[in-house]
Amino acid sequence: MAEAGEEVNSVSEPLDLVRLLLDEVVCVKLRGDRELKGRLHAYDSHCNLVLGDVEETIYVVEDEDDDEDIKARKKKLIHSLTISRKSEMLFVRGDSVVLIAPQSRAY
Amino acid sequence: MENGALSQGEGKDPSGFLSEIIGNPVTVKLNSGVVYRGELQSVDGYMNIALEKTDEYVKGVKRRHYGDAFVRGNNGLMSTCEKLGVFPGSRCDLDNTSIG
Repeated sequence: MAEAGEEVNSVSEPLDLVRLLLDEVVCVKLRGDRELKGRLHAYDSHCNLVLGDVEETIYVVEDEDDDEDIKARKKKLIHSLTISRKSEMLFVRGDSVVLIAPQSRAY
Repeated sequence: MENGALSQGEGKDPSGFLSEIIGNPVTVKLNSGVVYRGELQSVDGYMNIALEKTDEYVKGVKRRHYGDAFVRGNNGLMSTCEKLGVFPGSRCDLDNTSIG
């Protein structure tokens, strides 16, 4: 696979990306329309995570009408119906993880 | 077509295909229906994937952009390499929106 010497700094397996995010603020998407933002303290190959200063956001979406597809309205709905809470330190079991991404970067 | 070329290859396996398309723009669809479009950075044995310049689409609507994204492999991934011309239209979208 990608063991090329040319790409020392690059990501040769997906979890390397997570390694690069250690001690950074990350955004983690979880199953069940949940999202976490916090500092990544530790992870393992199961994607179990330890996060510090975490804000958890739960997106609560109401039943949609099939015919009335007003995307903007739906977006508003999603924005208005969220629940957030904060915790100092959080352990996340890996099986609920969907996606891990850096919180913000200049792109 | 490319498909023919693929099946000729000597015992190509799915993850072999995935590692072959590293660096290409791909579309990844999760079980939840969420779609990610970005450049495939890497794949591992669990089919965890790392994407670059990723856009997230929910129900066809672009929701967010990630510079880098790690997607855990158990979430039901299907990826298409857009270079193969599977989604020529979306390739254009990708070019317009993220790669620039």
